[in-house]
This record gives sequence, C-alpha cells and structure tokens, in this order.
Amino acid sequence: MENQYKMSLKLEQINYIYGTHTAYEMQALTDISLEIHKGEFIGVIGHTGSGKSTLMQLLNGLEKPSSGRVLFEGKDIWAEDFDRKMLRSKVGLVFQYPEHQLFETDVLSDVCFGPRNLGCSLEEARERAKKALAMTGIDEKYFADSPFDLSGGQKRRVAIAGVLAMQPDYLILDEPTAGLDPKGRDEILEQIAKLHRENGIAVLLVSHSMEDVANYVDRIIALNQGRLMYDDVPKAVFAHYRELAEAGLAAPNVTHILHSLRERGFDVDTEAVTVEDARDTILKAMEKSV
Amino acid sequence: MGIIRAKEVGYSYKRLNDQGEVESVRQALNNITLDVAAGDFIAILGHNGSGKSTLAKHFNAILAPNEGTLWVDGKDSRQPENVWDIRRTAGMVFQNPDNQIISGVVEEDVGFGPENMGVPTEEIWRRVEESLRAVGMYKFRRHSPNKLSGGQKQRVAIAGVVAMRPKCIVLDEPTAMLDPTGRKEVLKTVGVLNKKEGMTIILITHYMEEVVSADKVFVMDQGEVVMEGTPREIFSQVERLKSYRLDVPQVTLLAYELRKQGIPLPEGVLTNEELVEALCRVRAAGEKQFTENGESV
Repeated sequence: MENQYKMSLKLEQINYIYGTHTAYEMQALTDISLEIHKGEFIGVIGHTGSGKSTLMQLLNGLEKPSSGRVLFEGKDIWAEDFDRKMLRSKVGLVFQYPEHQLFETDVLSDVCFGPRNLGCSLEEARERAKKALAMTGIDEKYFADSPFDLSGGQKRRVAIAGVLAMQPDYLILDEPTAGLDPKGRDEILEQIAKLHRENGIAVLLVSHSMEDVANYVDRIIALNQGRLMYDDVPKAVFAHYRELAEAGLAAPNVTHILHSLRERGFDVDTEAVTVEDARDTILKAMEKSV
Repeated sequence: MGIIRAKEVGYSYKRLNDQGEVESVRQALNNITLDVAAGDFIAILGHNGSGKSTLAKHFNAILAPNEGTLWVDGKDSRQPENVWDIRRTAGMVFQNPDNQIISGVVEEDVGFGPENMGVPTEEIWRRVEESLRAVGMYKFRRHSPNKLSGGQKQRVAIAGVVAMRPKCIVLDEPTAMLDPTGRKEVLKTVGVLNKKEGMTIILITHYMEEVVSADKVFVMDQGEVVMEGTPREIFSQVERLKSYRLDVPQVTLLAYELRKQGIPLPEGVLTNEELVEALCRVRAAGEKQFTENGESV
C-alpha cells in the first residue's frame, strides 16, 4: 500500500503565474491539487487558455510552479538533488502536431533519438525504438523510409513512438488526434488504449473532443480559467453539462439528446456518455413506454 | 454555369531527383467533375490524403490541373493571366490561424489583403470595418492578434479574406485546431457570410457535425469524388462512409444503431431535435397500437 501510494505524480497547491512583475502578468493556474496514479487513463479537458498546456508542462518539469510542489513518487521534483532528466524520460510529453518535430532521415533513427539522448548504446536504442514502433503499429517495412514520406497518421505514430522509446511510466498527449480523419483518429486512440491496457502506462489525454474522452478514459480532469473545475469519472463530470457549456466545453452530444428525451418523459438514464450506452438506455425506455 | 466548375480535372504531384528528373508520380486528383452554384454552402469530406486540400488549392489557382479544366467564375485556371482574377474571386482560409496572421494589430491585418490589391485607403478602412463586423470581431480591432483565442484569430483570418470581397471563400479545415467554442464561433461566422452576404462557401472538414447545414456535400476518396448529395442523403449511408475512413455525426449514428435494433426511425437523422421528435412519434404510435390491440407489442 505504501509502495502504491508512492507510485504517483502529484501536484500540491500549484500556482503558476506568467510574466511576473511585467505588464503581462497573468495567473495561468490557481491552487491546483491532484494526484495521478500509475496505470490510470485520464482525460484533461478545458477551453483554450484554461491552463491545460501549462499543467502538462509542470508535470514533467518543463515549467516550474510559482508556488506549490510537484511530487514524483513522493519526491519534490524541484529539490536540489532531484534528477529531472530521469523525470522527463519517465513522464513523456507528446506535444500537439508532434510530427512537426520529426527530423531524421529514416524512421528508426528518428525514434532512436530520445533513448540515445538518455545515454543508451546504439543497440539498446534500436531495441527500444523497434519496440516502441511496434507498440504504435508501425510496420518494420517503413523503418528505413524517410518519416516525411509517411501519411499524416503514420507520422504522428512515429512521433509518439519517439517518446515511448524513452519508456515512460506516464504518457501525456496534447490533442493527439487534431487534424486526423475519423478513422485515423480511432486508430491513434485505439493504439493509446492498447498501450495503457497492455503496458500499464498511465495516460493523460488532453482533448477538445468530449466524444473521444467519453469513449476511452476512466477519469476526467476539467479546467476552467486556471482552476480545477471537476475531477471525477466521466459520468459524473458530464452530468454537469450546463456548467461545462458555460465553461466553453460541451458534454458529448448523446448527453444532450438523453436530457432532451428525459424532458419529454422518456425514462432514460442521462448518465450514459457513449453511443452504445445511449442506445441501450433508449431501447429500455422504449420497451417500458409501450 | 456555377461559380466553380471542374471538368475531368486531374492533378499529379511529381517527385524529382537531384538531377531534376521525374522520380515518381502520385496522382492526387483523378477525373473530378463538379459544379458549385453561386451562393451555395458546399462541404467536402474525405480522409487524410484523399485529395481534398489539393482540390481546394485548385479553387483559387494555387494549383492548376494537369488534365481537364477548372473554371472559376468562368475563367480557366490554367491561363496565367486569369490567376489574379481567380484569387480575387475565391479567397482561402487555412487550418492554422497563426500561419495566416502577419500584423501586430487586428485591423491592420485585415487591411493587408485589400491594400495589396491597390484599394484606395478610405475604401480599405471601410472594408476593414465591414469585415470585422461581419465576423463579430469589430471591438477587437485595436487588439494584438496574439492575445486572442484560436477561434477569434481564425475569425480575424476570415475577415482578412472577406475584406478582399471575394465571391467565394474556401476554408480548408478551419476548425481543426480550435476548441468547441472556437469551432462554434467559426461555423456561425461562415453561416452568416453565406446567408447574409450571399457568399459561396466551400468548407473542407473532418468534423461530420459541421456539414449538416450544408446545401451539398462531396465525399472524396483516392482523388475522386465518390459521393455527392445533401447531408441527409450522404449520412444515411453509414457503412459506406466508414469504408472511406469517415464517420457520421454522433446523433446520426445513434439513430442508425436504434434502427438496427428495430426502432422505426427515418434514415439520415441529422439533428438532436429530429431524433427526439422521431422517438416521440414512435412512442405515440406504440401507445395507440397498445390501446387498439389491448396488449403489448
């Protein structure tokens, strides 16, 4: 139990202020406390400018909080003797449009870059790169190709593999499906879900698509103007669909449909957040009403 | 004849080696024939790599066809002397607002296009005001664009195009990088330009929800137009869309799933209200039958 408690990434009363003592001073995050455990699958939602990206960057030590503590497995990451290089390999961050960061002449070398930087030997780096590419579903036949010749979805998976090759325990993805077609979006999300399932990696998925979030995650962190608005299971968060709309967010469309049906006297469960659950509760309500 | 007309248009990207010889050829568009009526709201759907953006670039002569002909407002886009007229007729808005904004002040950014066209100063200011009002960004005219939200920036980019008074605006995934609020703002703006200003809109997108109010939808796959019709006609073909790596709006999918389970709903339900009303009707019919038969159905 003690051990399990330590396996976490924790924020304690975090405040973050940009441009302190300048005319542009702005508080990006206010009094955020939360804990992420190994193996969780979490969705992070919030309007543009709500502080999501700042939060993500605090988690792997790219930004330093103005006040409050970030604890990795119980240790303050800003303590003098803390190894932040290790932290950045353990907490992998995949930025938006990560394929823009591809740069090597072939796929395998590109994915090797991270582990090489961590000091792995060439063999070890290749080993890890191959494993990471397999995890994101990139076939061996592409390894020698230029990453720039791949399709958009493939490029993105190679870029994600570049982070996975550092073998993180926590993987943070900022809008991994932006700009992808519906199938490409499903493929990436399936791969991420599989990573989570099979390798036990904790995943933080930053997304504007409530439908995607509802389909995959077990917990949602909602930010509004730099404050923690909700931190709960999807059903509980989406039950606040009116408040979410006011915060520039939206519940999945099925939530709205179910609430409308309820107002019209259908005995549906308004907590359903996926199409399958909505279908089942509507079918049940229809049976009862006839 | 429509404002944009394509007849058997083909386009291929050529890859050259160090010696400038053709190394490989990739056919991006193949035998595209379409006709866009002035004032219509057109949506183009297709997976990544289906040729949507290549086609969009033909609409304002960034690219000209290798095969076939494309006319914009009656002008053949292969003729170099027509290029400027075509770009004045059809303006483009791209995915990333940050790549399209060049000035430090909103109103100067919007004035850039007309200024480049040699519009007199007085007229530029008039157009800047009109365009910013049309997209609902007038009160931000003195702001710095980099302090705006994504949706606001994209609306400024649209105002920049509107200020050039095009007859047609082509938007290539204008909402891909925006949050739900930003997406709504941009779509509302596009709707207003279409309905109030009578501009022809061509919207390219991956979000199925965004095309339900279009007059006509084209679906592309492997460089060809494979489906063409009203949103209802297109979205009633769930399985076929999936085969093109696409999807349907969530409400359409829910209705489709319910239909599969035997609930008699119409095909191609597009809005929440439609679904709710349809379910109410099914329930009412069921109750009627119940009282007539005296037993459950």
